[in-house]
Amino acid sequence: MRESKSVQGTLLATPAMLWMIGLLIVPLILIVVTSFGQRDPDGNVIYTFSLHNYIRLAGIKTNCGDGAAVCFDSLYLRILVRSVGLALATTLLTIVLGYPLAYYVARAPARRRNMLLFLILIPLWTNFVIRVYAWIRILRAFDLLYTPQAVLVGMVYEFIPFMILPMYTSLEKIDPSLYEAAADLGANSLRTFLKVTLPLSLPGVVAGTLLVFVPVMGTFVVSDILGGKQFELVGNLIQGQFLDARDPTFGSAASVILMGMTLIVMIIYTRKFGFGEEVAIT
Amino acid sequence: MSRRRSPWLTLSTILVYGFLYLPIVVLVVFAFNSSRQNVVFEGIVNRDACGPFYWFCRVFQNQDALDASVNTLKIALTSTVLSTLIGTMAALALQRHTFKLKLFAEASLYIPIVIPEIVMGIGILVLFNTVFRFVNTTFDLAPAQRLGLGLGTVIISHVAFSVPFVTLTVRTRLHSFDRAVEEAAADLGANAWTTFRRITLPLIMPGVLAGAMLAFTLSLDDFIITFFTNGPGSTTLPIYVYGLLRRTVTPEVNALSTMWILVVLAALVVSNRVQRRVA
Repeated sequence: MRESKSVQGTLLATPAMLWMIGLLIVPLILIVVTSFGQRDPDGNVIYTFSLHNYIRLAGIKTNCGDGAAVCFDSLYLRILVRSVGLALATTLLTIVLGYPLAYYVARAPARRRNMLLFLILIPLWTNFVIRVYAWIRILRAFDLLYTPQAVLVGMVYEFIPFMILPMYTSLEKIDPSLYEAAADLGANSLRTFLKVTLPLSLPGVVAGTLLVFVPVMGTFVVSDILGGKQFELVGNLIQGQFLDARDPTFGSAASVILMGMTLIVMIIYTRKFGFGEEVAIT
Repeated sequence: MSRRRSPWLTLSTILVYGFLYLPIVVLVVFAFNSSRQNVVFEGIVNRDACGPFYWFCRVFQNQDALDASVNTLKIALTSTVLSTLIGTMAALALQRHTFKLKLFAEASLYIPIVIPEIVMGIGILVLFNTVFRFVNTTFDLAPAQRLGLGLGTVIISHVAFSVPFVTLTVRTRLHSFDRAVEEAAADLGANAWTTFRRITLPLIMPGVLAGAMLAFTLSLDDFIITFFTNGPGSTTLPIYVYGLLRRTVTPEVNALSTMWILVVLAALVVSNRVQRRVA
């Protein structure tokens, strides 16, 4: 009786499937459809098939003011590049800062390990907006408020736990006898790290990257609160279109591009390093 | 194997822990600030009967803050119960059964992990708006009966992003589960339901509880999805605080946050005890 009848399986999976189809897949399709639409003067969406939102995102304009038929404005492309750059920088910094800590916790005595893990989790339970808000005073004291660096600090702070936890899971699984074997065979600590620790902990780094890169790409709170209006990211652009500027079709097009960029970066990355199986553990 | 750890490792670990706690310390300290503008610390407040806890007392007179706290808890509790139930069922289905669309079910549960939250948020917003407009005009509902964004839409959306995480957590538990005990129960004459209730459920309970904890945390912490799906009467704590940031932020927000941290910490300690007892 290893595999049971399929009816039972279908029934058990039905509520989850309904939720996923209704609240993930249908909304994603709606966004793609909306992105080809147009906005009427009242702000309602007219469903057509027009590429003008994507042309606008690419920066190609027809009303240039100086008489030229077509001109180029890199405003939106700059926002896209900035978002990817920030997400990459945040991911890299969380790895560099988080790895030693994950290693330290993984090699700590079992009794202290839980306490140390708990300490990483507590800030997470205080609520995203409050944590960003708390940084205002500190960044102001260092004269960094409303600068790109402030946004980077805020992002690293918000997402570093999601990098540390999967890296810890990988590092903790490494059998200590492997370190002894490496030492017995005459490897120094650097060599042991490069040949034993690092390769074995790579799945954790990959999983952490997934859990940091994707959310950073789509967050608008950190840049909004700590970056002021100067440091606009794709998230801010999309949020604005759904609230202040009220052009859901343009916002949808920006979302499609955001989704596409995230997927492309993640596919390139996972092709190279494999899909982080540690996602399942955290 | 007692090689000494490099002092650099210890130092960098301490520094990163310091980085994690610096904002929280500042947040708590500023809850006692005597300056209403709360830009620089001007000494400990000492007003009215509450003394240094003046801002804490103010929170309890602030109906908006109290409402937001209650909403946050309502949403978190309801969506946790629903997503734990749905997610556990899905985990059982995926780990133990073969059925049509299984591959599709597996793949769809990874969507929230690889799609930025804001995309999900606006997608759900567009969906709700489309459906509500259709229903409201088709049935020509009176203003009071019209469907709109509110607690219900926030809860439904929170369930959507929590289910995959519950399923993943419960599946890892099911993965390391010895099915021989279930077969033994069946051999001893227990029917399927009794076996599930007496054997399977207690054994996967730690996984289910961990999943529920994760769902609760995700719901409490969520800003983006709530931002796009909340409506009148469903303002949560993060939305409330975000709204205040556009105006002046008095130390009241710090006091509110400090109390929130204490409540969450207490809840964590309790749930940790419960989990340990179950496991």
